[in-house]
Amino acid sequence: MSLNRRTFFKAMGATAVALSVGKVSTASEAFSDNGTELNGMLYDMSRCVGCFGCEYDCAEAHEAEMPDIPRNPPPRKLDETCRTVVNRHETSIGMVAFKDQCRHCSEPACTAACLTMAMYKTQEGPVIWREDKCMGCRYCMIACPFDIPKFEYKSTNPKVVKCDMCVNRLAEGEIPACSYFCPEEALTYGKRSDLIKEARTRIIENPDTYVDYIYGEHEAGGTSWMYLSPVPFEELGFNMKIQKKSFPGLTKGFISSIAPVDLLLPTFLLGVYQATKSTSTITEEDEI
Amino acid sequence: MNQTDTIQYLDNKENKTWRFLISELKPKTKIFTAFNIITLPIILLGLGLIVYRFRFGLEAVTNLSQDVPWGIWKAFNVVVGVAMAGGAYVLVFMTHVLHIKRYEPVLKIAVLNGLLAYVFYSAALVLELGRPLDIFNVIIGNDYGVSSILFLVAWHFMLYILCLFLEFSPSIAAWLNARKMHKFLTGITLVAVVFGITLSVLHQGGIGALFLLAKGKIHPLWYNNYMPLMFVIQSVFGGLSLVVVVVAISWKIFAFQLTEKMIKAKDDILVGLAGICSVGLFSYVFMHIIIFVHEKYFAYMGTGWGNWYLLEMIGLVILPMFLFMYSYKTKNATMVIVSSVITLMGILINRLNVSLIAYNIDAPVRYVPTWQELTVSLAIILIQIWVFRWIILRMPVLRNGPDWAKGH
Repeated sequence: MSLNRRTFFKAMGATAVALSVGKVSTASEAFSDNGTELNGMLYDMSRCVGCFGCEYDCAEAHEAEMPDIPRNPPPRKLDETCRTVVNRHETSIGMVAFKDQCRHCSEPACTAACLTMAMYKTQEGPVIWREDKCMGCRYCMIACPFDIPKFEYKSTNPKVVKCDMCVNRLAEGEIPACSYFCPEEALTYGKRSDLIKEARTRIIENPDTYVDYIYGEHEAGGTSWMYLSPVPFEELGFNMKIQKKSFPGLTKGFISSIAPVDLLLPTFLLGVYQATKSTSTITEEDEI
Repeated sequence: MNQTDTIQYLDNKENKTWRFLISELKPKTKIFTAFNIITLPIILLGLGLIVYRFRFGLEAVTNLSQDVPWGIWKAFNVVVGVAMAGGAYVLVFMTHVLHIKRYEPVLKIAVLNGLLAYVFYSAALVLELGRPLDIFNVIIGNDYGVSSILFLVAWHFMLYILCLFLEFSPSIAAWLNARKMHKFLTGITLVAVVFGITLSVLHQGGIGALFLLAKGKIHPLWYNNYMPLMFVIQSVFGGLSLVVVVVAISWKIFAFQLTEKMIKAKDDILVGLAGICSVGLFSYVFMHIIIFVHEKYFAYMGTGWGNWYLLEMIGLVILPMFLFMYSYKTKNATMVIVSSVITLMGILINRLNVSLIAYNIDAPVRYVPTWQELTVSLAIILIQIWVFRWIILRMPVLRNGPDWAKGH
């Protein structure tokens, strides 16, 4: 076994292939890759009366099974049968309803986790799941800081279920079903930057109504779905510990080290191989 | 065991390839041994459960939930198993790159062990995929999620299995009496070696990096920014510890295949590996001390999780580190085996902590694997041992190859 020119070049060629695979994708907070401004939703919990109507509208828009909600429902969690869930919370100022669904992060953890790009951030803002690509590894569920993607464990051909911001309705020029049908206009669809301005305006004009915080403006690097609340967010069970930096940033350092390691380590190893080769013949016998 | 070396080779002059392969399928040792009688039912049950899982879905056999999406198959067979299969690349590095002849007698068995581990752990991974047929999307480019750590791990995994196969293939060629192929395969070993080591370092670290995204879900005592590096270090001493255990067992069971020289070399090799393991464990402990101070872990001491952490660190990391040092100093091979077993326990506990035990501790229902999941996990390892034995009894892994293949 010897290292000749050809083996060396063969090795270098394969390294170049490995190098080309390891690039890093980045996205800014408010804009998608090509500069289009992201759309989003502003959810005003002071307006929401917790009528559960959006749950039915959501199921209808996604041709899913209608939810079966009892009169005074116990606290419910998102599961594989629904894309959104509304819970009424008893708080210091009385009942406040909280609608949970995908937050459509500007830089989502799930799309950074997905190895087939089945989880995909569209140019307009929605984060969608693409059935023809997913292999069901559920890394998106591990990664999502809001615990949103749900998996059909019962099925032999399972799907990942999550809100897609009615991407099909958006394509037809409509707005998401929950926002369209909301009787209280608690859900406002629009450009993310406009929504932030709108949210600030509401807080400034009605300082007694709102807590001075827009949940989702900075959480996980900024999300397209943002919340205004009449009570401190902790009372509604919001996770305030979620980091303000984007989640893909956590793995960026490692990913950008892949290409250099793939290129430099083989070179280094070949160097060590050559450097230790001549001495080996001397020590060969007295080792064993 | 009172057996003779009953190895045979394919004689290509008479053109009997198929008859040879079929005759090789027959068992070469006693069929009704205690090991076979105990393991065969588990294997058959495991295979049955695998069929059941594909027929009726994951819910039918597993306790996976919306809160705990990765169960024991991924946590034990993949996340833990890969660390323990790391011995192959470390030994290959020392023997082929550094030209250290001391560990050559155990190289082939370590490579074989690594190869089988990777093949079977990939199988475990596929079992837990919800849509296993779509695994080819990663290969055919539908789509390449290049910013995903799992994408890196998947590709480095696949390519590394190829490298391990190339590293082991001269033994297969010798068994099949394919002389030209043997020469060719031996010639490209260096390429497989150099890339195998590179791919190993990256996917071992990659498995640690997978959990970086789970920030806030893993208990802080087991989550830190150094996870990729820690996983690589673990794979060095964990992999070598498993090599120690495999060698200790194989040198007993397959003693009839070994030459005098090999038998004599064993203790010296184990003691040498103990030296490397103790240094590996030392760097691991040192990194943990830095992390302990940096992440202010002192605040968690005295809690239940804190005690669990201390038990792991002191009992399963620091203790074997000193045991390895002691056995290296006193050249005590038995002590090396004991330390290796404790070290492997440490890696098992640590990686189960990261991926299961300390994962999503606020979940309303704790994940406990079903008996079906445990049976399948065990069956995968038992099948691996059966295949391992089948190959060792037929191919030149422990004993010398045919005369024409000398020197490799």
